[in-house]
Amino acid sequence: MTDPDQNEVDDTWTGRSRRWLLKVLPPDKLLPNTQPSYVATWIYLFGMGAIASLVFIVASGVILSLNGPMWYHVSSLGHFVNSVHLWSVEFFFFFMVIHMWGKFWMAAWRGHRILTWITGVISFAVSIVAAFTGYLVQTNFDSEWIAFQAKDAINAVGVGAWFNVTNFGQMFMWHILLLPAAVLVIVALHVVLVRAHGVVPPLDADDSDAQLVHQEASDGAIR
Amino acid sequence: MIGMLTLASTADAPGIFLSWGIFSIQLGNLIVIIAMFAIFALALVLPFPGGRRGK
Repeated sequence: MTDPDQNEVDDTWTGRSRRWLLKVLPPDKLLPNTQPSYVATWIYLFGMGAIASLVFIVASGVILSLNGPMWYHVSSLGHFVNSVHLWSVEFFFFFMVIHMWGKFWMAAWRGHRILTWITGVISFAVSIVAAFTGYLVQTNFDSEWIAFQAKDAINAVGVGAWFNVTNFGQMFMWHILLLPAAVLVIVALHVVLVRAHGVVPPLDADDSDAQLVHQEASDGAIR
Repeated sequence: MIGMLTLASTADAPGIFLSWGIFSIQLGNLIVIIAMFAIFALALVLPFPGGRRGK
C-alpha cells in the first residue's frame, strides 16, 4: 500500500481539498485554546450568546415537532416548551442585534473579513424570515391575522404566488425545514470564517501589537 | 375546551400601545429596544472579570 505522503503530486480532488482545508483552516485555528487579550471584554460575547440561543431554538423546535400543535396548545408542558421556543428567539435576536451593533462600530469587516460580515448580515435577514414564518404557524387567531395582513405586502413584491403566507402547509415546511437549515448553514459558515480570519481586533489596537502581526501574516496565507 | 377558550382570549389581548403623533409602538417592543441599548452600553463600560488574559 502506498503512503500518500510519498506521492510527488497527489492530484485527486480529495487530496487537493484536504491540502486546501488544512491551509485555510488548520486545526489550531478551527479549535483554538487561546484568544487574543483584546477579546476579554463583554462586547465580544454576544455572538456566542446568539449561538447559544440558536441551540435552544433548535432543541425546543425539535420537541415541538415531535409532539405537534395539539400538544403545545393544550398541555402545560407543551405550553412551557412553546414558550421556551418563543423566548429563545427573543434572546437570539436580542443578542444578534447587539452583536451587529458592536461589529458595525468596530468596522469588523477590516482585515479581509468582508465575507464574515456579509454572512452575518445574510443570517440576520434569513432569521427574520424564519421568525416571520414562525408567527404564521402558531395555529391561532394571531397567526391568521398576521398572514392576511402580510399577504398584501408579499403580493406587492411579486412573490405571493410562490411564497403564499396564507398556505399553512407551505409556511410550516418553510419554518421547520428550509429556513432552519438555511440559518444553520449560514451561521456555521459565519463561525468558520471567524475561525479562519481570527476575531477582529479593536479599532485602537496598536498595529505593532505582536498578536496582530501574527494574525495578519496568517491571514495573508489564506487570502 | 375551557383551556382553549382561555388561550384564545389571551391571544386576542392587544397589549399596551404608546403613541406620539404618527409614531406608535407596543410597550413590550419599546422595553426590548431600551434593554438592548442599555446592555450594549454596559458591555462597553463594565470591566470583564479575569482581566486581559490571553496569548
